[in-house]
Amino acid sequence: MTRYVLKRILLAIVTIWVVATLTFFLMNMIPGGPFLSEKAISPQATAALEAKYGLDKSLWEQYVTYMNGLLHGDFGLSLKQRGRTVLEIIVTKFPVSAKIGGMAVLISLVLGVSLGCIAALHQGKFWDRFISVFATLGIAVPGFVVCTLLSYVFGAKLKLVSTLGLSDWTSYILPVTAIAFYPTSYIMRLMRSSMLDVLGQDYMRTAKAKGLSGTKQLFKHALRNAILPVVTYVGPMLAYTIVGSFVVEKIFVIPGLGGSFITAINGRDYTLIMGTTIFLATLVILMTLVVDILYKIIDPRIKYD
Amino acid sequence: MSEEYLVNIEHEKLSFFTPAGEVKALNDVNIHLRQGEVLGIVGESGSGKSVTAYSLIGLTADPGKLISGSLYFNGHQVDQMTEKEMRKIRGNEISIIFQDPMTSLNPVYTIGNQITEVITLHTNKTKEEAKARAKELLELVGINEPEKRLKQYPHELSGGMRQRIMIAIALACEPKLLIADEPTTALDVTIQAQILELMMELKDKLGMSIIMITHDLGVVASMCDHIAVMYAGRIVEYGTTDQVFYEPKHMYTKGLIRSIPRLDTDEHQRLIPIEGTPVDMLNPPKGCPFGPRCEACMKICLKQNPPITEFDDTHYTYCWLQQKEAMERLAADSSAKSSGGGEA
Ligand SMILES: Nc1ncnc2c1ncn2[C@@H]1O[C@H](COP(=O)(O)OP(=O)(O)O)[C@@H](O)[C@H]1O
Ligand code: SF4
Ligand SMILES: [Mg+2]
Repeated sequence: MTRYVLKRILLAIVTIWVVATLTFFLMNMIPGGPFLSEKAISPQATAALEAKYGLDKSLWEQYVTYMNGLLHGDFGLSLKQRGRTVLEIIVTKFPVSAKIGGMAVLISLVLGVSLGCIAALHQGKFWDRFISVFATLGIAVPGFVVCTLLSYVFGAKLKLVSTLGLSDWTSYILPVTAIAFYPTSYIMRLMRSSMLDVLGQDYMRTAKAKGLSGTKQLFKHALRNAILPVVTYVGPMLAYTIVGSFVVEKIFVIPGLGGSFITAINGRDYTLIMGTTIFLATLVILMTLVVDILYKIIDPRIKYD
Repeated sequence: MSEEYLVNIEHEKLSFFTPAGEVKALNDVNIHLRQGEVLGIVGESGSGKSVTAYSLIGLTADPGKLISGSLYFNGHQVDQMTEKEMRKIRGNEISIIFQDPMTSLNPVYTIGNQITEVITLHTNKTKEEAKARAKELLELVGINEPEKRLKQYPHELSGGMRQRIMIAIALACEPKLLIADEPTTALDVTIQAQILELMMELKDKLGMSIIMITHDLGVVASMCDHIAVMYAGRIVEYGTTDQVFYEPKHMYTKGLIRSIPRLDTDEHQRLIPIEGTPVDMLNPPKGCPFGPRCEACMKICLKQNPPITEFDDTHYTYCWLQQKEAMERLAADSSAKSSGGGEA
């Protein structure tokens, strides 16, 4: 177990390095630069700024300097937000995103798993059909369409919830719903088919033959087996949630990391782009590791190697 | 009257209402079994062996419905019982083991967990006591290092070992009846013999009854007191093991016996498999269901289902041929009697 975790952490470091390197060079291939659009600045001033941030050096030198800083835990200064370090920005923005993303992930899991189970247990009957139609819609309709529709109907028309910023708790409803919509539907479908598969397994017949109650059969014997595909999906779901938050935070004007990331890309805030990318990559890799360990705990057939 | 039997199934009719139509899986099935007896149910795949057994333990699969008949077991009228009442006797007074030990245990729980579960469910034993009992059970079914096995998962054990575990689970609450649904079909030949031997040993030790389901008459013959031969949802012949083996009456039984591989006969004697395909249960043939495959099939066989012919208290069959022979014998008897030379 410890050996397995150490191996995975080593692999994670290599992955993060590859991600950082790729982002660094790809980012520099985008036309434009951080100080080009600011008309008021004279060419001399631009040159001075570039010299200050080391942008006048060769790309290779810049890369070595950045990586060296990174090794010492230094993400550098933001190029556009004067006087603020990248780390500072991430630390203030991330909790906002984490709150919305975390709620969305939790809701997707709870709703997806329970509705998927209900559908499987009512196979072919009303609730199964109802849930399946809902799931198909959720998978087919893109997230931003859902966002726009939701904010139009519930915000602009019915004025039930706030659609801008995060004022009170109701302002969380729409962004969380928008992010959770697709994963909930996907998990529902996943859970339904996996539960149907498990319910037909021989060991379920054994459980019944023992005289166990329906609830015990379901919660002890079926659920733990049926949930395995859902656990596998948690990794991709996290990535989806992060990307989804970029759009959603932009639309609902939420001061989170996703919105800040898009602003950074548009403004060619190189250090902030790098910092955010590395941070998110690390987050996904760590969560995937946690999920993999969880999977091994749930399913004893999986070996550590 | 039924009190003398542990199991008494009378005139059971059971159908599966599938989208394609009604499958009459059981047609007037009668089974009775005394405490401590072993009944073999033999027949090819799809003949209704499992359906018969499952209906007795309340495991009939979903589109299946009992149409009529009476199912009695150990003081319970099973066909009248609610699911909640059935749960109390399942795994407790009546247990079942299945064909495939590889898939019958839950892969995500330890052996210990799966054995103690049934003990704590049906008894007042504490967790510790249940664990001690589980260890005892593993020893009983001949598993070495029980302490270690309790902590292992199903995938860490062989098929034969897993079937022993299934037997341990089934016997945990000392049931009156053990149903074994083709318990060795999925196992190697040598393991097969070991498992059957174990079951017989435990039967003698615990005094339970066994319903042994098999499609292979040769394998179980030596351990059964009675044998019921099933074909297309009917018991076509029923008798003591000797009667069925040495005086088979139904053409299907005769075919079955001819198709058993024998080690003691000379090598030139070939096996004779039964020709033809099993009955399509959605559209069963008119008359005797075995008719289309029967080498002795007569005109009447294709028109009318044969009535019962009883040879004595324990031996009966449904075959027109026996009816004819019975009638001839009857005629011969009566003519002998009328001529005054009848035997006592
Ligand atoms: N779940 C089911 N749905 C529909 N028909 C079934 C079902 N289970 C069994 N049957 C029918 O009952 C017949 C007997 O099945 P079964 O008792 O399992 O045969 P076997 O003698 O091989 O154990 C089969 O031929 C099949 O047509
Ligand atoms: S009733 Fe007729 S068809 Fe059926 S087994 Fe007897 S002889 Fe053969
Ligand atoms: Mg069967």
